[in-house]
Amino acid sequence: MAYEVVIGVEVHAQLRTKSKLFCGCGTVFGLAANSQTCPLCLGLPGSLPVLNRAAVEMAVRAGLALNCTIAANNIFARKNYFYPDLPKGYQISQYEAPICEHGWIEIAVGEGARRVRIRRAHLEEDAGKSVHVAGTNGSRVDLNRAGTPLLEIVTEPDLRSADEVVAYLKGLRDVLMYLEVCDGNMDEGSFRCEPNLSLRPLGQKEFGTKVELKNINSFKFVKDAIDYEIKRQTKVLNEGGKINQETRLWNLDRGETVVMRSKEDAHDYRYFPDPDLVPLKLDQEWIEGCRKHVAELPAVRMRRFVSEFGLSEYDAGVLTASRATADYYETCVGLFNQPKIVSNWVMGELTRELNHSGTDASASPVSPEQLVSLLQMVEQGTISLKVAREIFPEVYSSGKTPEQIVQEKGLIQVSDEGALDQIIGDVLAKNPTQVAQFKEGKQQVLGFLVGQVMKASGGKANPGKVNELLKKKLA
Amino acid sequence: MSIQRLSLYELHEKFTAGEVTATEIVRAYGLRIGQVEPKVKAYITQTKDTAVTQAGALDASLKGWRKTLPLMGMPLAIKDNICTQGVLTTCASRMLGNFVPQYDATVIAKLRAQGYQLLGKTNLDEFAMGSSTENSAVGPSRNPWNLECVPGGSSGGSAAAVAADECAAALGSDTGGSIRQPAAFCGVVGLKPTYGRVSRYGLIAFASSLDQIGPITKDVRDAAFLLGAIAGHDPLDSTSADVPVPDYLRALKRKDLKKLKVGVPVEFFAEGLDPEVEQAVRAAIQELKALGGEVKDIQLPRTDAAVAIYYVIATAEASSNLARYDGVKFGLRAKETKDLLDLYMKTRQEGFGPEVKRRIMLGTYVLSAGYYDAYYGKAQAVRTLIRQDFDAAFQDVDLIVTPVTPTPAFKFGAKGDDPLQMYLSDIFTISANLAGVPAISLPCGFSRDGLPIGLQLIGRPFEEETLLRAAHAYEQNTQWRARKPVIR
Repeated sequence: MAYEVVIGVEVHAQLRTKSKLFCGCGTVFGLAANSQTCPLCLGLPGSLPVLNRAAVEMAVRAGLALNCTIAANNIFARKNYFYPDLPKGYQISQYEAPICEHGWIEIAVGEGARRVRIRRAHLEEDAGKSVHVAGTNGSRVDLNRAGTPLLEIVTEPDLRSADEVVAYLKGLRDVLMYLEVCDGNMDEGSFRCEPNLSLRPLGQKEFGTKVELKNINSFKFVKDAIDYEIKRQTKVLNEGGKINQETRLWNLDRGETVVMRSKEDAHDYRYFPDPDLVPLKLDQEWIEGCRKHVAELPAVRMRRFVSEFGLSEYDAGVLTASRATADYYETCVGLFNQPKIVSNWVMGELTRELNHSGTDASASPVSPEQLVSLLQMVEQGTISLKVAREIFPEVYSSGKTPEQIVQEKGLIQVSDEGALDQIIGDVLAKNPTQVAQFKEGKQQVLGFLVGQVMKASGGKANPGKVNELLKKKLA
Repeated sequence: MSIQRLSLYELHEKFTAGEVTATEIVRAYGLRIGQVEPKVKAYITQTKDTAVTQAGALDASLKGWRKTLPLMGMPLAIKDNICTQGVLTTCASRMLGNFVPQYDATVIAKLRAQGYQLLGKTNLDEFAMGSSTENSAVGPSRNPWNLECVPGGSSGGSAAAVAADECAAALGSDTGGSIRQPAAFCGVVGLKPTYGRVSRYGLIAFASSLDQIGPITKDVRDAAFLLGAIAGHDPLDSTSADVPVPDYLRALKRKDLKKLKVGVPVEFFAEGLDPEVEQAVRAAIQELKALGGEVKDIQLPRTDAAVAIYYVIATAEASSNLARYDGVKFGLRAKETKDLLDLYMKTRQEGFGPEVKRRIMLGTYVLSAGYYDAYYGKAQAVRTLIRQDFDAAFQDVDLIVTPVTPTPAFKFGAKGDDPLQMYLSDIFTISANLAGVPAISLPCGFSRDGLPIGLQLIGRPFEEETLLRAAHAYEQNTQWRARKPVIR
């Protein structure tokens, strides 16, 4: 029988706040175990949570970018269960009143695009980590991560294939990274996804029994795990079997999914409103204030760069891949209306130096103003393009302005006819053979002579002017 | 008069005037504790040795200069569910038998900043769950008026310590009457502030939406004095209110109830109320009238539901608040366990007493899937109605006057076999916690057996001043305060 695949996805995106969701502890990855903890993240008696405003702002920004309705009245709930890395015995989350609801995101599918509906996105705190050290007795608990803010983003069951899921996840990750609310690092667990999947006979309206997939930390594994699970479920159904409602883990080594727990083991989380936190009221004005900080999303900005600046899709795509680069580029074009030249420099010289020093455009030591002044010097003929390219690394690393370097090194282009006349006279005198050849009609000798003049000027002569003057002299 | 018979405020005045040193104060209380504590058993942990050292240093640093901080040198006792940095804080539970907090509760930080002396941590029902201190893992405290009677609970140790002059004043916590009921049983003053008036940071939670720290003192002026020292907004407690703290002592200047309307809720004078208690409270109401109060009957129709919904909401919150005691990070960890589940089960079996277990089970049940709406959801809805009852009543009156307890202090074991009877002893105090309003308990008479009887005044949110003014006027015009227990 032919089946339709129905997939929904839950993503846990770690918000890029400096401190945790309910205390002042830091959120840096990979520090010594339990070094980022306080009475609250240790679950010590008497400690109380205080909501981090920055996390709320980031959640609202993400929600707005995902076209969600933002809840005016937010309630935090306790999700109760026992686990060693859950220090309070409950996780503070949102249950009945999530901060974001009813949104959508557009994803690229084949040639076209379509909307995936976002059911909800809610704020919650992360748990800690149980560490099992091989060769030792028992387990250890590291609570550095406990209390880190997460945004759990849940789609409607709108996805129909592994490729669509990957397209959705990539699109979502781009959006969150672009908004600078999540660093998108899948290895460090900053962007974790859990697809749930069911099959139904083509044309049937009711959903089949769904299976949740966990332990998937790359786009490739997402695709592999879903493709495997589709085959597995198809086989079970074709053989007349039934799908069990369960959670399955992707086993990378075996290339298959294995049962983690079945529905019968499901917890009763006993959600109830957390009495330690007052309801969070967001007024419309504040939400609108956040909207101003929601940057134009990459896909939209790319299209605008093509139409507004006449760039190729490729160049516009490169420039808008990072918000910092795109901002830098736009600032430059605002100062110097030569979009193509600026894009060459930003994608070329600037990106090379940024990559080399491992930073991004927002932290570039060369400001847009400085880059533009360099480009203006070229346009006005003050320096040659070659000189500009040569001195750029020094502008980048020395902290000096392009003007300073040009002055100090005496790199100002010589266009003065008197000065050039003398150099040209010298070169012609030293190369009588080539002069004779040119006069016999061998035009290509001109290039050689221009090169000699440039060399004699230490590269400072204006090549156009040299050409013009040489032709005049040899005529 | 001997030092330990003075009220907190009187002692403060003497200290400020240079008539007594910090060392003399601490030594006097040390002596008193030495005499009566073996009988009263108010303390779980005593810190008077540290206090002596600190007092010596304080006297040396002050020399002749007497412009002091309000609580400088003042010897206080703190209920053992309030975190004190470096001092054992057990909640009277085996679970926290070894727990030494790394931090001070906000109220302790405030007291410390004002120079108080900690005499020790006082006994309570385990995790503040109970009305007699009989649920304490270290055994009960005794009522200084009659050592065969309970001191009340859960802040029974604090109330007994104040009544027995084992401290100048104490802090307690009140979730359903845990300050007011023991204050009534021990013949002292207990104030439960408005929810949010005092920070809960560092108070080991029983039921977060109901818990509130407050003073237990020898008289009303002390309650005003100590409340002023601990009240105020705390950025560490999201539920603390950003409302300015008035000068509560100023509120005591008017020594009458003129222009105050006093409501008497008919529901609080129903079946089950001990005739001696009723008589004392009715006499007190006459006195309030004589002091200029306009007394009228009012109705709080949902009173009969209060106990039932309290035991749904408080236990639900407790079942979650007490989940952290799992043997993993701190406190008790059971030995010789075979796996994680065994560790959890044995630790919680050994660590919690029967009443705590009963409430965890009840709370877990009312939050369970399929029962949530019928119990927790409905209880929250009724809680809203109770709040509305109080709102409506306070449209009409400025104060509500009731008994604190249905009976005077009962004997040990009298209600031990019947949790429900024990729960019903909180029937008059629970409503104020559910509504979040302030309430004070003060002595208004004695039974034939010589046991104190308490009067409760309930006020509008953040109008502790009105409560204190009326309570003070009553106290100053009656003689109950002069009687002292003879401990034998």
